[in-house]
Amino acid sequence: MSWSWLNGWTIGTVIVAFIVILPIAAVIFIALTPSDDIWAHLASTVLPLYIGTTLQLMIGVGLGTLVIGVGTAWLVSMCRFPGKTLFEWALLLPMAMPAYVIAYVYTDILEYAGPVQILLRDTFGFATKRDYWFPEIRSLGGAISMMTLVLYPYVYLLSRAAFTEQSISVLDASRVLGRGPYRTFFSVALPLARPAIIIGVSLVLMETLNDFGTVDFFAVSTFTLGIYDVWLNMNNVAGAAQLATALLFFVVVLVLAERFARRKKKYHHTSSKYDALPGYLLTGRSKILATVACSIPVLFGFVLPALVLGGYSIIHFETSMNSNFLSYAFNSFLLSSLVAGLAIGIGIFMAYGVRVRNERLLKIMVRLASLGYAVPGSVLAVGVLVTLGAVDNGIDGFMRDTFGVSTGLLLSGTIVAVTFGYLVRFLAISFGSIEASLAKVTPNMDDASRSLGHSPFATLRRVHIPLIRASVLTAGMMVFVDCMKELPLTVILRPFNFHTLATFVHEYASDEQLGEASLAALSIVGFGILPVIILSLAITRSRPGHNKDAVK
Amino acid sequence: MKRLSGFYTTVFAATVTAALVGALAPASAAEVNLYSSRQPFLINPLLDAFTKETGTKVNMVYIKKGMLERLKAEGRNSPADLVLTSDLGNLNNLVDAGLMQSTSSAVLEANIPANLRHPDGLWYGLTTRARVIFAHKDRVKADEVTTYEDLAAPHMKGRICVRSGKHEYNISLLASIITAKGEAAAEAWAQGVKNNLARKPQGNDRAQVKAIYQGECDVSLGNTYYMGKMATNEKDPVQKKWAASVRIIFPNQKDRGTHINISGAGITKSSLNKAEAVKLVEFLTGDQAQAIYAQGNFEYPVKPGVALHPMVASWGTFKADEALMSNVASQRTLATRIMDRVRFDN
Repeated sequence: MSWSWLNGWTIGTVIVAFIVILPIAAVIFIALTPSDDIWAHLASTVLPLYIGTTLQLMIGVGLGTLVIGVGTAWLVSMCRFPGKTLFEWALLLPMAMPAYVIAYVYTDILEYAGPVQILLRDTFGFATKRDYWFPEIRSLGGAISMMTLVLYPYVYLLSRAAFTEQSISVLDASRVLGRGPYRTFFSVALPLARPAIIIGVSLVLMETLNDFGTVDFFAVSTFTLGIYDVWLNMNNVAGAAQLATALLFFVVVLVLAERFARRKKKYHHTSSKYDALPGYLLTGRSKILATVACSIPVLFGFVLPALVLGGYSIIHFETSMNSNFLSYAFNSFLLSSLVAGLAIGIGIFMAYGVRVRNERLLKIMVRLASLGYAVPGSVLAVGVLVTLGAVDNGIDGFMRDTFGVSTGLLLSGTIVAVTFGYLVRFLAISFGSIEASLAKVTPNMDDASRSLGHSPFATLRRVHIPLIRASVLTAGMMVFVDCMKELPLTVILRPFNFHTLATFVHEYASDEQLGEASLAALSIVGFGILPVIILSLAITRSRPGHNKDAVK
Repeated sequence: MKRLSGFYTTVFAATVTAALVGALAPASAAEVNLYSSRQPFLINPLLDAFTKETGTKVNMVYIKKGMLERLKAEGRNSPADLVLTSDLGNLNNLVDAGLMQSTSSAVLEANIPANLRHPDGLWYGLTTRARVIFAHKDRVKADEVTTYEDLAAPHMKGRICVRSGKHEYNISLLASIITAKGEAAAEAWAQGVKNNLARKPQGNDRAQVKAIYQGECDVSLGNTYYMGKMATNEKDPVQKKWAASVRIIFPNQKDRGTHINISGAGITKSSLNKAEAVKLVEFLTGDQAQAIYAQGNFEYPVKPGVALHPMVASWGTFKADEALMSNVASQRTLATRIMDRVRFDN
């Protein structure tokens, strides 16, 4: 073993992780600055409520996305039924819908003053709301439904990638040994896909914890809403950072608990035999059930809200379609592609760095570096502001003192700042999915490649990346779509006169003008979905052993 | 994969270069850099008019949450010259954080009444908006609701719709009640209103009027300009019906007056274009800009003598709560705590 490459991976990984950790550390630093004590007040008033509501929200959204995501992923990867090839990518569509946008749409449809309830009242002659029961959309249940509808694709994507990368031999073995399709799913396929599913669900839960728009609109008192309340209404950023740090700690405990639960288990595939996926042919009732099960999330998570937004867009076309609209779309697209590419590169680098150099320090560093996703966006943005401000003003101060010239702010308020913020926030997605996927590649592969004289880099390029290609593409796609929707970091960190589709939506939505925002909201979905579909097809093709002409 | 990463490398390099060029390029003389928490679609017509008149270019970031933290982090090198906020509370926080500088301008002193600007010129009010009661035209009798206090009275049980108690407009209203009547009375009021709610607080100011129109409740709290925006909404004409179902009640006309909120501006301490920034504020308080605020967004101009929108004028004149605005703003933390204590939203 030579020293040089070992140091390269280690030092590189440590440096990258360190830079990414800085803004998170800044949030903790802000939490430590003196401020009014908020804990006694909160504990005696709304803290139990915040915690209770947040836990219910997490459990609801977690279970909902788990069932829908894994269920549909299994159906489209392993079974044949009408519409399967359509659902493969259509199930991804809701992913590009910002949760708060579909919250607005469904409120319009389902509230007391909306068309559904008016129709009910007219049909059955009810006079007031006391005459009948109808679920309240602006409620905890409503928030759970909205978030489940747009977040399940994360679980779907990662489980599908996992199922797709799974060696079919183990499934065949299970069937040969007498287990039926259901028991094979629950006792073989599901446990093998666990790391990927866990990553998917934890991404969903972190998105849930992060959500501001939906819970604010529904006035559901979550912990995150409490953070913003302390920050903005009580003008206490340190108190807000303390709450955010507590939230972060909670997430770390959750992650550690899950890791502890599967501590000694290994998930790499014992066989490298990749036959074409079986494509169990569903018949009769199960065929119809499968089609219906896959249609429901697509219908309610995408088709219906897209139709409503489309209707609004036509009405408000002139207002929305100003000359700058295309440049906003261009900004969104370029920035999202850039960050997706960087996140994949850094994700592979870090995940592989940990693999080749299994050191405690490295592991802790990369773990910390993927915590940005668990900090509410605006709070993380403040962490980025503080970090870049300190760097910029430090350089400026040094240059002023030494050379008598001011360099001003080099990074703050530039595209670099926005890109950096996105990376800090979304690295968890790429790193998490790539690491989960790498875990499935047996170390025997590394050993074989290395003993044949390949360097770690060549091994990565020629052995690992081809094997984990589906997960890498999936990760890039998720980061891309998340960047398209991203709002708080963009708003707070952006340069002068810089707009994205999401900030354009925000301008109008924040003034209660959803109609004017619809075209941009729809464009986020449109631009976001295009690469999703393309990549989705690429993932199907990327399965090792995939062969179009294979006999099914 | 290979081709893809090549593309990203190119994009990244191009972006970084562009950003660096952007950062290092010297600012041309006639520019003002603005951080605004007022929406661009609202402000842009005003800024365009300013640029047309003076030739000074205005650069803007629309930022609400985190404006204070951004200014603080950027420190003495912050490029911002001027901030615009939709709410005096936020402006006051910037002043308290030492981020604003005092200015004096004869034009501004002439355009803005003394109670709508900081005595040392740390902030200037640009428009005011009243937080009024919207009441159903038939279901609410003339003398049933005349004050904010009436909303907490037993006869309003189950008849009130309101947005989240934590929204800055409601926090600001509660802060004004603390200023006028003290903490205990304000808490009793918040509890009383909560007990009278027809539904859990939710939605925005317009959604409450929509609920009144549909019969879910009889009265709501809202800012005046939303009434104008609903009543003239050609794009979504059903909003006209919502607006037509309610009348505006200016509360507390016989005592302290109706609570108003100020949108304002302030010059940052780091400003390198102070003269231009002051000129912009002067322009925003001038006849042309004040008329745009009044006609385009149904707000009350600060400059005496500027005509109101005909519809706003038709609501009649009202007595505003004259409590020192910065005192009210300083009660917002307490107001938030009271909302927590009565669990207003739950």
